[in-house]
Amino acid sequence: MIAARGLAKRFGDRRVFRDVELALGDGEFLLVTGPNGSGKTTLLRVLAGLAAPSAGALELPARHTIGYLGHSPQVYRELTALENLTLFGRLYRVPERAERVGMLLERFGLWEVRHERVSTFSRGMRQRLGLCRVLLHEPSLLLLDEPYNALDAQGAELLDGILDEPRTLVVATHEPQRVEHRATQRLAFA
Amino acid sequence: MSYVADVGALARKDLLLELRAKETLPSMLLFVVAALAIFHFALPRGAGDTAALGLLWSALIFTALLGLTRAFVAEREQSMFDALVLAPCDRSAIWLAKALAVLAFLAAAEVVALPAFAAFFSGIGGRTIAAVALADVGIAAVGTLFGAMAVAGRARELLLPLLFLPMAIPIVVGGVGGYLWFLVLYDAIFVILAWATFEYVVAEI
Amino acid sequence: MTPRLKLPVLAACSTGLLGLALALVFFYAPTDADQGFSQRIFYFHVPIALTSYACFGWGAWKALRYLRTRDERADTESYVAIHQGVMFGALTLVTGSIWAKASWGVWWSWSENQLVLFLVLFLFYCAYFMLRFSVEPGSARANMSAVYALFGVVLIPVSFLAIRLSQKFIHPVVFNSHGPQMAGSQFLTFCVALAAVLALFATLYQVELAGKRIDAHLRELRELLT
Repeated sequence: MIAARGLAKRFGDRRVFRDVELALGDGEFLLVTGPNGSGKTTLLRVLAGLAAPSAGALELPARHTIGYLGHSPQVYRELTALENLTLFGRLYRVPERAERVGMLLERFGLWEVRHERVSTFSRGMRQRLGLCRVLLHEPSLLLLDEPYNALDAQGAELLDGILDEPRTLVVATHEPQRVEHRATQRLAFA
Repeated sequence: MSYVADVGALARKDLLLELRAKETLPSMLLFVVAALAIFHFALPRGAGDTAALGLLWSALIFTALLGLTRAFVAEREQSMFDALVLAPCDRSAIWLAKALAVLAFLAAAEVVALPAFAAFFSGIGGRTIAAVALADVGIAAVGTLFGAMAVAGRARELLLPLLFLPMAIPIVVGGVGGYLWFLVLYDAIFVILAWATFEYVVAEI
Repeated sequence: MTPRLKLPVLAACSTGLLGLALALVFFYAPTDADQGFSQRIFYFHVPIALTSYACFGWGAWKALRYLRTRDERADTESYVAIHQGVMFGALTLVTGSIWAKASWGVWWSWSENQLVLFLVLFLFYCAYFMLRFSVEPGSARANMSAVYALFGVVLIPVSFLAIRLSQKFIHPVVFNSHGPQMAGSQFLTFCVALAAVLALFATLYQVELAGKRIDAHLRELRELLT
């Protein structure tokens, strides 16, 4: 699903990473580890197709099959949970949008507060909504950057469930203990 | 057409955000009336109608700048650009929706500004109203694109006036002189250019 | 012509042309009936202004190439061209100001629309640098710079039209629809001066580009060594 050879990224003179080799097949789980600031986020952005690599070859699946959750949950604060998901449901052309939105909100325990603005949510709730957003269009490749960071215990269990589902996954974290047993490949940043 | 649907969904989002936050539009309204009041005191006695008209256009441009600075704040603060860019919709839809929202705010501000000007200074004719409407299109088109640029950098709000004001000079010339055909030309050229180039501003690839 | 030879040849050409232009301006061109000796600065002012436009045009062309090819070198070339354009633009304002002082006794005149137009463009392209300094180096910065450069080059004729609309008649109209309103000897001097300033731009452009290429090579070497 992802193939990369000699992948490098720099910003002007500042080199973030280089000589990254990847061959990720369907259903595999790539765990990216390393301390903060080591380049994990940049790599994930490149794999999401948000940033162009400075060098190397990269093969990615089609844009609409990718789901990317960055450091922040990426939801509008002044919109309600329902409005956020409806908007992205429209933009991602999700079929049977209302049902799918409802199903995800229920699954992540946000159905009761779907008409509340995100600004009233706790961090954990916002992160759960972010996960809803990212799963909305049923991506076959899921890229998660430090997904456990803001999650409460309930949310973390829900995320564990997501990671068990059949899907190609790339997860970046600086605390790999929780997920390493699932990983089929590892990439460590210094 | 899904493009129109995308623009509609995004524009609706932009208007909804402003309606809830209630930050941009009230500031613009207050600012334009205060600016006109200052200009009254700045204008020497016996200055003609044209001078006053020039000050109206100055007030409108700076009020627009105030609104434009806030245009992409939500996207920046909640890191929304990534989410929007990954969607299958055309990137230019983001620009069009935001520009339409900005246009709505400009129009709302002018509904207050123009009568205020007529009360403080002298009456305004249909030509000026038409010029203001045409100028709004150009301001929204160019300002939205530059707003996205300004938000990407360190200087943020400081950068937008620097980028935008030179582009606003032909608008002011067209407005004060009442050259409606020139404003139409400006709008046509820069709307097309902004629509075509926005995808490069908002996405790296 | 090999790359090593290119720069010295260009430098020699522009030196030669500048020398020739100076000679023509001071010894060959006739003294203007209206304005006298001070009119000669026109032979520098207008070519410098035209070269400035050429710089911005070239910068916009390279910007377009960058957006098409995503080649970093096109971004560098666009930046260098615009950088030169701002330098020549500053020179235009200075020589224009001197010309104004010599001809009409004022250092600046707001009713001098073509000078004001240049001020607008100068402000616009200075903002280009503010934009570049404000964003981290990378493809995002290159993208935005390219788009801004395109807006700039389109702004030139639009502003020109705007200025003509609010027309004043102080600035002597040099070229009109019937061709240059100059005597033959004046036209020759003007053309040589124009060629000289363009050659100067080409030389400075290559010099700055060469410097930037060396920087890039150094960076590549540093990366290979670590």
